[in-house]
Amino acid sequence: MNKNHRVPSSRTLSAVEVKSKFGAEFRRFSLDRSKPGRFDEFYGLLQHVHRIPNVDLLVGYADIHGDLLPINNDDNYHKAISTAAPLLRLFLQRKEEAEYSAFGTNSLTRKKTPAALAAVLLRPDANRKKPPVIISLPKDFRPVSSIIDVDILPETHRRVRLYKHGQEKPLGFYIRDGSSVRVTPQGLEKVPGIFISRLVPGGLAESTGLLAVNDEVLEVNGIEVAGKSLDQVTDMMIANSHNLIITVKPANQRNNVVRNSNSGGGAASGSSGRSSDSGASYYSYSAPGAVAMTPSHIIQNFRPEEVESDDDEEEDLVIETGGDMRLAPLSAAGATASYSMPSLPRYEPHLNLRHSNGAMATSSSVGSLSTNERGLERRNLEEDGTVITL
Amino acid sequence: MMKFRFRRQGNDPQREKIKQDLFAFNKTVEHGFPNQPSALAYDPKLQLMAIGTKSGAIKVYGSPGVEFTGLHKDTATVTQMHFLHGQGRILSLLDDNTLHLWEIGQREQCSSLEEVCSFTIPCRTVIESTSATRVTVLLPKLNCDLLAVGTEGGGVHFLELPSLTLLDKSLFQDEIMQSVPDEYKCGKSLGPVESLQEHPQHPDKILIGYSRGLVVLWDLQTRHVDNLFLGKQQLESLVWERSGNSFVSSHSDGGYMVWSVSSSTPCTNEPVSSTITYGPFPCKAVNKILWRTAESGSPLVLFSGGMPRASYGDRHCLTILQDSQHVTLDFTSRVIDFFTVHCTDAHKFDDPSALVVLLEEELVVIDLQTAGWPTIPAPYLAPLHSSAITCSYHISNVPTKLWERVVSAGQQQGSLQTHTNWPICGGKNLAPDPKQQELMLTGHEDGTVRFWDASGVSLRPLYKLSTANIFQTDCDHNDSLTQAGEEEWPPFRKVGCFDPYSDDPRLGIQKICLCKYSGKLVVAGTAGQVIVLYLSDEKSDHMIDVATVDLLQDREGFTWKGHDRLPPKSGSVVFAPGFQPVVLVQCMPPAAVTAVTLHAEWNLIAFGTSHGFGLFDYHRRSPVLARCTLHPNDSLAMEGPLSRVKSLKKSLRQSFRRIRKSRVSGKKRVSSTLCEANAHLAEQDAEVTPVQRRIEPRSADDSLSGVVRCLCFADTFLRDGTHHGPTMWAGTNSGSVYAYALDVPSQEKFSEQSVEALLGKEIQLMHRAPVVSIAVLDGRGNPLPEPYEVSRDLAKAPDMQGSHSVLIASEEQFKVFMLPKVSAKTKFKLTAHEGCRVRKVALVNFSSVASEDYSENGLVCLTNLGDIHVFSIPALRPQVRYDCIRKEDISGIASCVFTKTGQGFYLISPSEYERFSLSARVITEPLCQVEFDRPHDSSETR
Repeated sequence: MNKNHRVPSSRTLSAVEVKSKFGAEFRRFSLDRSKPGRFDEFYGLLQHVHRIPNVDLLVGYADIHGDLLPINNDDNYHKAISTAAPLLRLFLQRKEEAEYSAFGTNSLTRKKTPAALAAVLLRPDANRKKPPVIISLPKDFRPVSSIIDVDILPETHRRVRLYKHGQEKPLGFYIRDGSSVRVTPQGLEKVPGIFISRLVPGGLAESTGLLAVNDEVLEVNGIEVAGKSLDQVTDMMIANSHNLIITVKPANQRNNVVRNSNSGGGAASGSSGRSSDSGASYYSYSAPGAVAMTPSHIIQNFRPEEVESDDDEEEDLVIETGGDMRLAPLSAAGATASYSMPSLPRYEPHLNLRHSNGAMATSSSVGSLSTNERGLERRNLEEDGTVITL
Repeated sequence: MMKFRFRRQGNDPQREKIKQDLFAFNKTVEHGFPNQPSALAYDPKLQLMAIGTKSGAIKVYGSPGVEFTGLHKDTATVTQMHFLHGQGRILSLLDDNTLHLWEIGQREQCSSLEEVCSFTIPCRTVIESTSATRVTVLLPKLNCDLLAVGTEGGGVHFLELPSLTLLDKSLFQDEIMQSVPDEYKCGKSLGPVESLQEHPQHPDKILIGYSRGLVVLWDLQTRHVDNLFLGKQQLESLVWERSGNSFVSSHSDGGYMVWSVSSSTPCTNEPVSSTITYGPFPCKAVNKILWRTAESGSPLVLFSGGMPRASYGDRHCLTILQDSQHVTLDFTSRVIDFFTVHCTDAHKFDDPSALVVLLEEELVVIDLQTAGWPTIPAPYLAPLHSSAITCSYHISNVPTKLWERVVSAGQQQGSLQTHTNWPICGGKNLAPDPKQQELMLTGHEDGTVRFWDASGVSLRPLYKLSTANIFQTDCDHNDSLTQAGEEEWPPFRKVGCFDPYSDDPRLGIQKICLCKYSGKLVVAGTAGQVIVLYLSDEKSDHMIDVATVDLLQDREGFTWKGHDRLPPKSGSVVFAPGFQPVVLVQCMPPAAVTAVTLHAEWNLIAFGTSHGFGLFDYHRRSPVLARCTLHPNDSLAMEGPLSRVKSLKKSLRQSFRRIRKSRVSGKKRVSSTLCEANAHLAEQDAEVTPVQRRIEPRSADDSLSGVVRCLCFADTFLRDGTHHGPTMWAGTNSGSVYAYALDVPSQEKFSEQSVEALLGKEIQLMHRAPVVSIAVLDGRGNPLPEPYEVSRDLAKAPDMQGSHSVLIASEEQFKVFMLPKVSAKTKFKLTAHEGCRVRKVALVNFSSVASEDYSENGLVCLTNLGDIHVFSIPALRPQVRYDCIRKEDISGIASCVFTKTGQGFYLISPSEYERFSLSARVITEPLCQVEFDRPHDSSETR
């Protein structure tokens, strides 16, 4: 895999800053972006800089979307180097006590902060008693937008979950007012409806291929849109944009899933059959199979609380100024970055740790930024923030 | 799952009962001046006045506190109104040519206004066009049994009262024409009936005036023309002299004529006198004239219009003439109608005591008994919009001390006078005295802040504060202009306070905050000015300290292209007793202030604009903190409102789209049945381009993301769970919340030690919706008391043992975070579930009707759809929901303010507040009674 399919802009330096964490210790070094070398050389380098020559390691990195992904071969190593911007964060674990479930999409989003992540990584068995379920490694997948709930919906309808985060692409569609024909006891009636009017080229909605122009929108995250105005539906979609699940009646009914066929009536049913699990697979990290198996999951109507449970990932970012709160008289108080996710119970023990070791690391990371230019600083903080939170 | 069940807790009957005792929605009273008045009527027997509007509303006013409102089923302009004197009945004529009869009914000892019946004049023949039956004038006979109706076609119809049945004795022009001499006829019709007047002495005789100028005295009994007056000028109005020996006609050439009536000469060719007051150059028509005899001497002539066309044709004037006295009242808006309050009983003279003039924008009352004819301030119908309202602020439970000081400051200003000589005093106000004093503060475009007594049904002006005099503006020389007008003829006199022209839009008031215990006031305006004022009982002459706070913090790459800051006056300025400015803080760049708050106990003010926020110690006159909230990509905020940026265009386009849409849907409510929906759809299908909406999540670099939306001070736990202290919170348009721990020195050390601010927490809401409000709740989940309330033993101390929490309301959701950790505790996602956005929120204490001491705190929220939701705090469970404002009424939604006890106000027009109540207990509504004797009652209402 030649890494230069993504041409680095003239500004990006050829050196990649690497921050590697093993246990409570940090190491910083840099690699040449154009000549990253092979994975085993890199592995050796890590063992060397951490001075753990004989320890079997599981190497993970935080990608730009905040997902913790493994590095275990040349391909994903090169990928990690080529996408690191500006900093490549590595998390090393002993193989024997590794927490496999930490990998994957949402791993960092859910835990939010490196603090929390580190808590998972550093104290694998302190809080978790669950045996790790290793299905396969690497789990270099992340859920993509998919058709869900095929088993409970009428065949004429389609429920689509749009995975927004982790992609640069905008959601990219427009909706409009319109009228649709419903069959009622009184006969056919024309009722107002909401339709997809346009897909932005290159946008998420278009690239998934799951939504099309003139599809009628029936529900947004489990709430029926009947009786709601276009503006209301717009606001609902935007408010749910982190995890948008829309139920549509496709304008083109020929690609519908034929539910009864076992081995699939064509490629469409096969893929959607699989992806119908992906909604549940989300839960399976913490409680494998439990959610998917319980009958409560198979409900006729998609309930709001499912959305509720999802938006724990939507925790707000709380930036605290550290113990050494800087005075801010008439100067832009530098948000000294010590990110934490206080809602997690592991916060406390970790905080201690951070005071001893982490303070140096964080302050240096902020220190490397231009401090005078507020805009830049904030910008970078935000970028920092995304690395940490998403 | 559990969460879901809790949300649907509506089945608990006990809770439902409590909710019924706490919440009830009522629109109680309209404050201010009716929008677009179109008709006026007065009943001298009951002393009631009625005003009709273009939207079909009828408002009846008597003595202060006596108010009734009625609304016609159709939204049509009320063109005329007449009281059936002494009967508590009102006749109204709409511009759809329907007549309506209203009655003041008695319900549970309180009076209210109800429509009883309506009537349309039928066409006489097929040939006659519908415009011929268009009603031009109405005349209810004084004994209230007959109504004469004049029409466009020149016919006069008679209806029986109060049943509104057409009597078969209509009078048509052909009948009149028989007695008109041929040389006057000229083969032309007489034109529409312009005026009908009952003979003051003989109830059977009526004076009929036709547009062409012919006036006829008609005997109803004998159906015979008594007298003919062959006027040659186009007629505008007629009025009898009290004796019935003469009458006065006014004409379209700006003149009026006096005609004498005698039985000896059945046909009069020439008037006794003819005057064109403002001649000899062409004048505009005299629309209405009144002729009132006075015991003191010559009669009073009052007429509207008649101004010289070329020089003063654009003025709205009313002339009062008596002997050599001549005053031309010069109003700022159109004269709708006027009447005099005078003796109607068996007295020899009219002796008018007052002149009441209804203008398009205000009501002016002139005392005709006092020399110089001064104006009498009205106890109601306050012209709220004398300068456009830019913000409103409500203070509940005002301490008596502050109240008295504000009232006395107002009295010295002359804006508050006693209403003892108020001429319209019918009815009895039964409403109990308000339990507490409430102040309403309105900020205006011209830089004034007006203080209103909002305790009762009528909004009374108390005090007016002007902030314009501390700035150098272009308009300081207008005093000299009025001086020059002294020698002028006609003798103009400026009357009324409606002045829609702002001297400088930068003076406009954006935000107000008042500490009711210390009498400190913060007023913030459009050009980034933040003024701190103290209430002082003495006159003062002092310099104002000026401080400038740079909210950009040397951020480079941006230039402000908006307006300049307002230059403050140099040197000392004289201030009358009242609120006197002490410190002026000017934000740089001078963008409009978007949020302001005050903590008088800590001597701190906080203010925010679209660029950032600042904290200022007004005791030491020193800035404490300034913080820029701008996002680097945000060019719109930087360049100011005048810059032409894409997103501005976009927002303009959107607002036009909204306007168009609201025009289409109009007043129609959301149709419930399918048929209506289908009809609606058919309409929509006709539209060529359907309305589209883009679905994109909010991004950080959206324009105006740096706008500071709310600020709050709280004594709470920010740093750790054991030490509480002063904190300041700020929320922005992009969902950022900044929390500062403040180091405020104790009272004694205030002068030596400076206040310090340390950034404690920064919260970024992931959904990035604008933060509408921030409030800190104590350990029991109650809102923190206001400054001084605890130290002066006025409120229960907050629970400092339990852990505090902060309630952050964004446009999309409410969230309660525990302090000091800022961990999310409860939340409610309003937009995600309902599709509506939060516009206004307030923490309100609801007390129960069932028991004195039971009360609950609730979060009240007004959404962009105009409905109001109430949530419990801190659990954030939905309690009730009411439809309040039409969703198209954007200015109504934007102007809404809530009181601390569950009432609220919003503007239903530029000049009127609708007052509503969410509480079942705290309701301010008119309770009044009018006593009258109604001889033949129509049976329906009883």
